[in-house]
Amino acid sequence: MRNPQLNDKGELQHLLSIEGLPREMLTHILDTATSFVGVTAREVKKVPLLRGKSVFNLFFEPSTRTRTTFEIAAKRLSADVINLNIAVSSHTKGETLLDTVDNLSAMHADMFVVRHAQSGAPHLIASHVASHLHVVNAGDGRHAHPTQGLLDLYTIRHYKKDFTRLSVAIVGDVLHSRVARSLIHALTVMGTPDLRVIGPMTLIPAGAEKLGVRVYYDLQQGLRDVDVVVMLRLQSERMRGALLPSAQEFFKYYGLTPEKLALAKPDAIVMHPGPMNRGVEIDSAVADGAQAVILPQVTFGIAVRMAVMSILAGN
Amino acid sequence: MTPVLPDPDALCAELVRQLQPRVTADTALVGIHTGGVWLAERLHAALGIELPLGLLDISFYRDDFDKAGLHPQIKPTQIPFEVGGRHIVLVDDVLYTGRTVRGAMNELFDYGRPASISLAVLIDRGGRELPVAAQFVGARLDVPPGRMLVLERDENGKLRLKLDA
Repeated sequence: MRNPQLNDKGELQHLLSIEGLPREMLTHILDTATSFVGVTAREVKKVPLLRGKSVFNLFFEPSTRTRTTFEIAAKRLSADVINLNIAVSSHTKGETLLDTVDNLSAMHADMFVVRHAQSGAPHLIASHVASHLHVVNAGDGRHAHPTQGLLDLYTIRHYKKDFTRLSVAIVGDVLHSRVARSLIHALTVMGTPDLRVIGPMTLIPAGAEKLGVRVYYDLQQGLRDVDVVVMLRLQSERMRGALLPSAQEFFKYYGLTPEKLALAKPDAIVMHPGPMNRGVEIDSAVADGAQAVILPQVTFGIAVRMAVMSILAGN
Repeated sequence: MTPVLPDPDALCAELVRQLQPRVTADTALVGIHTGGVWLAERLHAALGIELPLGLLDISFYRDDFDKAGLHPQIKPTQIPFEVGGRHIVLVDDVLYTGRTVRGAMNELFDYGRPASISLAVLIDRGGRELPVAAQFVGARLDVPPGRMLVLERDENGKLRLKLDA
């Protein structure tokens, strides 16, 4: 079966998941993003690529950072952006997902950026819309968050250059994390030899080794000599779901403190997709420390989303 | 019928001769990727221009994006000087339809308002589709429409013009 993200020429029509995309395609996106980083540093931070195009941000689940960075990215490409927080509009009135999409298509949308609590919702939309439309997955359930995976990839490449000699540790709630899933796929495709996931047994998916990662239940052991530490956000509802005793206890065993970070390589970088829970998964001294690249991730995220949107719109 | 292709080194020397009397402290050269950059590097050295060389990739400003999509290999644009108030000489290898030059001018204006922009090209092959003219021309050459005339550089840095079928 054909990859549902590709058109009949094998080009990227939608971005739904990093899974199944070849290394050259990921490299092309990262290289294009490098050129967009330059654009955002100049006096006029806009290029005319998507002039006259309409990008609809369809957020069925709340998000501030991702929605804002997609909005900025689309505006810097000169597109018109329409933000819909569907969690509080037609959805509550009973309209189905595809009816909503059909109505917006009738308003001459060119691209949908979709965030949905249900895994697979962006796939459903992509398989439903007309062939000139493009869909970008901005996070679906536990499945994927491909632009976050790409911006993480971009950040790692920016600081560490060569993926093929890196040790990367992903720490925390791997089980519920679409960010972790997308990054593991991306780093595997790029040939990263040592990928580790670290967390309590209740938050590591069963059979994680099948994804090509090494599993550690002990943070100190897992962090030893890594080049990159990716901290995941711990969602407070996990405490209520009986997966964890308390935030304090989680911090004690899995929170990243300066002492624990000292076990990694001295030049290791610390990443976090945001929003951070200080004192739960990360200590403020680390979050604000010299090794943190959490704010550059946000800046790179705009350039990466500009690259994705312009590549899709041109295919 | 294939026209005889001139030697790029001789054309480059001709451009230096034309540009030399126009160079001031406010003159900046901007090469258009890829052939224009090779040429601009040579002109920049030969003319002893003080402002650093600018490099332009016009992929984000092309007028055929809807048809052709994004170029598969984009190089970062680098304009390492203040554009406002400067006399800018755009440098490209071959002037044909004029569409690249239009894209380059649009991009430059997103960096500031130059005092003037002029254009230097190795070859003017005619066939303009826009009201664009070069002030500094190495040679004029009749090339049949539809054939690609490109500048190439070998591993020793030697430039060569090539006509594709």
